[in-house]
Amino acid sequence: MSRSPEPVFLERQSYRRRRLSDAARMTPVVGLVLILLPLLWADQATTSSGILYVFSVWAILIAVTRVISKKLSDYEHFEKSTEEDDSGGGR
Amino acid sequence: MLSFNALALISVLYVALLFAVAFWADKRADRGQGGWLRSPWVYTLSLSIYCTAWTFYGAVGNAARSGLEFATIYLGPTIVMVGWWVLLRRLVRIGKTQRITSIADLISSRYGKSNLLGVLVTLLAVAGTTPYIALQLQSVTLSFAVFLDGASSAPEDLAAVALWVAAGLAVFTILFGTRNLDVEERHHGIVMAIALEAVVKLIALVAVGIFAVYWVGSGPSDMMARINASPIDVWALQPDRWMTMIFLSAAAFICLPRMFQVMVVENEDERHLSTAAWAFPLYLFLISLFVIPIAVVGLSVMPEGSNPDLFVLTLPLAFDQNALATLAFLGGFSSATSMVIVASIALATMVSNHIVMPIWLSTQSGGATVSGDVRDVVILARRASIAGVLILGFLYFRLSGGGAALASIGLVAFVGVSQVLPALIGGIFWRGATRIGAAAGVATGFVLWSWTSFLPSFGVEGLLSESVFQDGPFGIAMLRPHALFWIEGLDPLVHSVVWSIALNTLAFCAFSLASFPSPLERLQGATFVNIFRYSDRARGWTGGAAEAEDLLMMAQRIIGPNTAQRIFESEAAKQGKQGFLPEVTPDFMERLERELAGSVGAATAHAMIAQITGGASVTVEDLIRVADEAQQILEYSNQLEAKSAEQERTALQLREANEKLLALSVQKDGFLSQISHELRTPMTSIRSFSEILMSDDAMGDEDRLRYSQIIHDETKRLTRLLDDLLDLSVLENGQVTLNMENERLGSVLDRAVAAMEVRAGSQDFVISRSDVGEDLQLYTDGDRLAQVFINLIANALKYCESPKPRLEIKVGEIGGRHVVDFIDNGKGIPTEAQKLIFEKFARVTDNHAAGGAGLGLAICREVMTRLGGSIVYVPGQGGAAFRVILPDPKAEAA
Repeated sequence: MSRSPEPVFLERQSYRRRRLSDAARMTPVVGLVLILLPLLWADQATTSSGILYVFSVWAILIAVTRVISKKLSDYEHFEKSTEEDDSGGGR
Repeated sequence: MLSFNALALISVLYVALLFAVAFWADKRADRGQGGWLRSPWVYTLSLSIYCTAWTFYGAVGNAARSGLEFATIYLGPTIVMVGWWVLLRRLVRIGKTQRITSIADLISSRYGKSNLLGVLVTLLAVAGTTPYIALQLQSVTLSFAVFLDGASSAPEDLAAVALWVAAGLAVFTILFGTRNLDVEERHHGIVMAIALEAVVKLIALVAVGIFAVYWVGSGPSDMMARINASPIDVWALQPDRWMTMIFLSAAAFICLPRMFQVMVVENEDERHLSTAAWAFPLYLFLISLFVIPIAVVGLSVMPEGSNPDLFVLTLPLAFDQNALATLAFLGGFSSATSMVIVASIALATMVSNHIVMPIWLSTQSGGATVSGDVRDVVILARRASIAGVLILGFLYFRLSGGGAALASIGLVAFVGVSQVLPALIGGIFWRGATRIGAAAGVATGFVLWSWTSFLPSFGVEGLLSESVFQDGPFGIAMLRPHALFWIEGLDPLVHSVVWSIALNTLAFCAFSLASFPSPLERLQGATFVNIFRYSDRARGWTGGAAEAEDLLMMAQRIIGPNTAQRIFESEAAKQGKQGFLPEVTPDFMERLERELAGSVGAATAHAMIAQITGGASVTVEDLIRVADEAQQILEYSNQLEAKSAEQERTALQLREANEKLLALSVQKDGFLSQISHELRTPMTSIRSFSEILMSDDAMGDEDRLRYSQIIHDETKRLTRLLDDLLDLSVLENGQVTLNMENERLGSVLDRAVAAMEVRAGSQDFVISRSDVGEDLQLYTDGDRLAQVFINLIANALKYCESPKPRLEIKVGEIGGRHVVDFIDNGKGIPTEAQKLIFEKFARVTDNHAAGGAGLGLAICREVMTRLGGSIVYVPGQGGAAFRVILPDPKAEAA
């Protein structure tokens, strides 16, 4: 309740960085959903199609994570200071 | 087919290579040439100890039995890595700022540095890991057996193989895992060897895969057709197992002691995580890519009834590809050995920090301040623990008969270590989690896991009788191990995971809500949960009146004299003071405790410091400080704080200078009257004796000789005093000329000691020297240096009040500079006098009997300055200790 008032508008760069870290948080959720999707067609699943699906999802996750973590560490390079948005768990 | 001996030779050579790599990496790291040893790639590869022999061989077997389900074991960790930003980044930051040494240490540290929790988690880890180690031994034995080929594979031989492997691993781990007790628990050699092993196992599995796809089959499309036609094409996807296994592997990936060790403890740089986040899933991807093809080819090619768990080995052998089979064997061997090495290090750290050290501490009657080096105890405890863990694993392997019962133990171990997850996640995201909640949760999970997974894993009629499985213990149907609370028909794994994790979490939450945390828990909770806001200034408690010197003494025993002195010196410098003894501020205590925790774990470090500070606890002010953290973020307050801190530092410096001046002026007055006294006494006696000589003609020859002897002695004393004064003024004015020449340090010391022995005469005074380091070649003025040494020895001789005086002369190297320490066993110099002893009018006691004018140390200091070195007093060594820092040879050459 006594948190310092945060500015409503941020510089473009910090704004991008925050959205990137949002994306980094969303990736595992999206990945989990994609990996659990085969449960929907559990009855008629075959290994030969399953293998394609699972490994494609896997490859996409790796690629997306690579892009996000690369950009995040680039930003980190520029501004080392503000980690304050990181209030993910309680205060 | 390779002979057994050839295979054994290859294994031994491979292990020798690992030794060489580990040794080389340790040497490089010692010399500070980290370079690419510290690259994110090495970090990523080291994470691959997740893939043990169980996954190396077992994944194919699993795929041959239940198709794609094998992938869940890798998909869980993939999700965790991909979500690094949420969880792992937090864990690594906490691990770094709090100097966490193991997962047990993390839990214990978060919940108020409670050792009870540390012990609980340690026990859980040992129970979960021992069978796992047995499993690795079994897989190595089995793979040997494949090459042994029937006839000669008597069980004794196999047991011998397991024994040799266990013994070799123990030696390797003890050599490189406990080589030194670093402040940061890092093992560069081991990490490097593991990274190499990671490459070997990836190459091995991919090679066998390519062999299966392109040699046996004819390319990817043919392979897809084969999969279509194979019996495992029906993907019998069991939703409950699919979800459970993904959850379980993710949980185990975080909680396995060995994973925590490489992921958090051995982490060099937080940024490595951002590379590992995608590179490690890629590694897993490549490891799993060929699993299904190998399984499919194996099922179609190998004779009916052959063990699918060994397809990776038997498939190349069936086509007489000995080289490939050997590579596959080395891959499996690597997976097993790297897992065992890291797991036993992680367990040994936990056992020594949470079980052995607390017991040892409580048996030490003198508390933490007795002298002696704790590091030896810690290292010994670690070595014993490593050996103990491996012996346990071997025994388990022997007792369980190495049979089918072991095959399922991998998942059983996963369920076991996952019981830490609720306390871990709750601890870093929820400030309300308490010690009691965590203990209740972990204990509940432990019990349920033992009952539903661990004990049944020995098989029906193993540890539990069949009637227990059928009707429950004592006929209580509600408690049947595979059908708790009357719910039947669940897959045993799913059943165990659901009940243990669910009730564990429930107990954790319920007891946390109902209990009230101690102040220290609340502080630690706030620090852990807000780690990104607090990392630089994790606040602890306000310490009681601890003496800096006591703290230094204790710290030296845990982290070694050099490191401890460096920490104290830098802290003193930060506060604007000189020397080794900073003000004992809460900040400093907090920092010191964290440094110590890096060696012996948070709970032990806390207990040791508490012993010295008299069990100081958290104050209300500390809590308030944490409570309104928001206020602290405000920038202007920060600026004010910085300014006032600056002023405080300046004030402290001024105060110190002023005190020094005052003390000096008092001393100076004292010195003037003393020096006139010193000059007058010999003068008076000279005058009176010469008057006697002049007036008394009838004096005998004997008397005349005696009187003139006295006069002679007194003039000598006067001359010496004047010489000293002159010497000092010459040195101070820089008019001295130095005779620089090449000298051996040892011979300078020899001269000094010899000169002193003459002076000591019949006095019972022991000088102990070790030859270590005395071979050092110096380019210096040997006579002047000897003068310094002589002065220091003379000082010890004069002032050491011990009944059995003893002086120890040690040569060492600190921060790249050579030093010579002179440590006696007397009372030492009181703290308030330490600052003044090098001033030229200083004298600690009014001990005239010693017969010096208080110029010796001042001369020493001037000489060392002229020579390009320095001299300092080192407190907390048990007696007076002077350190001569020799000139830097590099500076001289320039």
